[in-house]
Amino acid sequence: MKPIRAFLDKVRPNFEPGGRMSALGSVYEGFESFLYTPRTTSAPTLATHIHDAIDSKRAMIIVVLALMPCFFFGMYNTGYQHWLAAGQSTFPFWSLMFYGLLAILPKVVVTYLVGLGIEFAVAQVKKEEIQEGFLVTGILIPMICPVETPLWMLAVATAFAVIFAKEVFGGTGYNIVNVALVARAFLFFAYPAQMSGDDVFVATGTMFGFGPEVADGFTCATPLGQVAASSGQPAELTGIGGHLITMWDAFIGLIPGSFGETSTLCCMIGAAILLMSGIGSWRIMLSVLVGALFMGWIANEFASPLYPASYLKPGEQLLYGGLAFAGVFMATDPVTACRTKLGKLIYGFLIGVIAVIIRTYNNGYPEGAMLAVLLMNVFASLIDWMVVRSNINRRRARLISKTQKV
Amino acid sequence: MSEKVTNKTVFFNPFSKNNPVIVQVLGICSVLAVTAKLEPAIVMGLSVIAVLAFSNVIISLIRSTIPTSIRIIVQLVVVAGLVIIVSELLKAYAYEVSVQLSVFIGLIITNCILMGRLEAFAMANRPWPSFLDGVGNGIGYTIILIIVGFFRELLGSGTLLGYQVVPQSFYEAGYVNNGLMILPPMALIVVACIIWVHRSLHKELQEP
Repeated sequence: MKPIRAFLDKVRPNFEPGGRMSALGSVYEGFESFLYTPRTTSAPTLATHIHDAIDSKRAMIIVVLALMPCFFFGMYNTGYQHWLAAGQSTFPFWSLMFYGLLAILPKVVVTYLVGLGIEFAVAQVKKEEIQEGFLVTGILIPMICPVETPLWMLAVATAFAVIFAKEVFGGTGYNIVNVALVARAFLFFAYPAQMSGDDVFVATGTMFGFGPEVADGFTCATPLGQVAASSGQPAELTGIGGHLITMWDAFIGLIPGSFGETSTLCCMIGAAILLMSGIGSWRIMLSVLVGALFMGWIANEFASPLYPASYLKPGEQLLYGGLAFAGVFMATDPVTACRTKLGKLIYGFLIGVIAVIIRTYNNGYPEGAMLAVLLMNVFASLIDWMVVRSNINRRRARLISKTQKV
Repeated sequence: MSEKVTNKTVFFNPFSKNNPVIVQVLGICSVLAVTAKLEPAIVMGLSVIAVLAFSNVIISLIRSTIPTSIRIIVQLVVVAGLVIIVSELLKAYAYEVSVQLSVFIGLIITNCILMGRLEAFAMANRPWPSFLDGVGNGIGYTIILIIVGFFRELLGSGTLLGYQVVPQSFYEAGYVNNGLMILPPMALIVVACIIWVHRSLHKELQEP
């Protein structure tokens, strides 16, 4: 590491004001603090009471780490579904992983190039430091999209989300709604044919010539897609090749779906990492869970043939689709979630409830978690405001009653 | 209105510096509703120009005889009469477009730009400047409508005025029309972009 440090110190004068490349100062700053502890942390000598070794960059990196189980499992599952689709009977682990890697790598690269490109450009224009918010967003976007999403669509959606959901509001930490979900919602509404339906969730082509061939015209719906399409009866969910999908498959994540969100198990591992490091809020995760189970139970009690998804058991609501992923990684985004403790509980609960409502009672949208989180993002500050106001009112009432007694 | 207002500024100000849509932010509803395609946007713009110009002239002519207490009702009656004429003309000579515009021609009467111009200008000025003011504001409105309609039709349908503009080879290479552009929310974002560009060009319009 020494040579890198020495090199950075050597070129530093060029980037300081007045230096030859001062226009690129924020790029230098961004790389330096990416690699090393920033020069300006809250050092003990400067700030007596505020003391934290974690700056937002470190927090973001932990979130990325927490996403890794989902990411690696997504690679495996992408390969697994493809091998199934090709009618293979053996599933060589490393080939599957390599296929998944080839499938996702271009998407990650494109997302980061576009997103970071915009962030760098904005930072240069505004003469600010590069903000690190895109670190997490950039990996989230490919993970919540179907594996067959064309690269140019990802690029357009990323650019739209970064500019209109983040930069116009003032950059990282000022966005009202979750940037990654805006990208996903943009794709969902702009290119519905490429974002839903039966033939986008399983990679059918070979990746740069790697992987077995799949017959033309192959389709397979996600479990929730099958549920929405089933008429009336409790649906028999089948995976590729017609085998039944068990709850265990859904828990492990060996089902068709968006790249990184099929595995409830990996979401739980990620949740554990977030909770242990103190970055994610247990209140939000728990209340999303409770909300989804609660609404799932109500929907199941009043199951009706009009709404096929209401036949799903409350537990199944959690296992299928992106609800677990959204509850762990999207709802807990500290920028867009509620700040107050009570507010977090209300916020998470409503996300769970609304996600299941959308999923169950609107057959046009088989998956509701994305829209639920976006909707509650908008209401988060209102919930906080009400919590704070009610607290003020309660204490004022207490004060008044006390003073009147005396 | 300042003391010395020439006819020229009355006519040209609404084009850019005092544009009814992007500076005064009036008439946004119809901008969202009719701009999914360029053709209805143009027809809508022309209709608004006509209604605005003539209602301005009529109100300006009778402005000294209108009792102040019922002036809004009188203005509404005049506008409503003109809107019905325009609507019937469209049905007679441009039926297809009038079907596309559906209720929005009728809803010109609720367009804030109209009441705004009648109250702010026609009630206090002579017919000729009022006419210019009406036409100017109508054109200012139409310009925005056309810009928004242009982008929404081009990106949302790949056509302009119904003619295919995006070549077939693009679609074969994997290009897909952006369905979000057809939906009204995108019109808001396009208008916001126009305001963004406009304010960057005219620094004096930026709020501190």
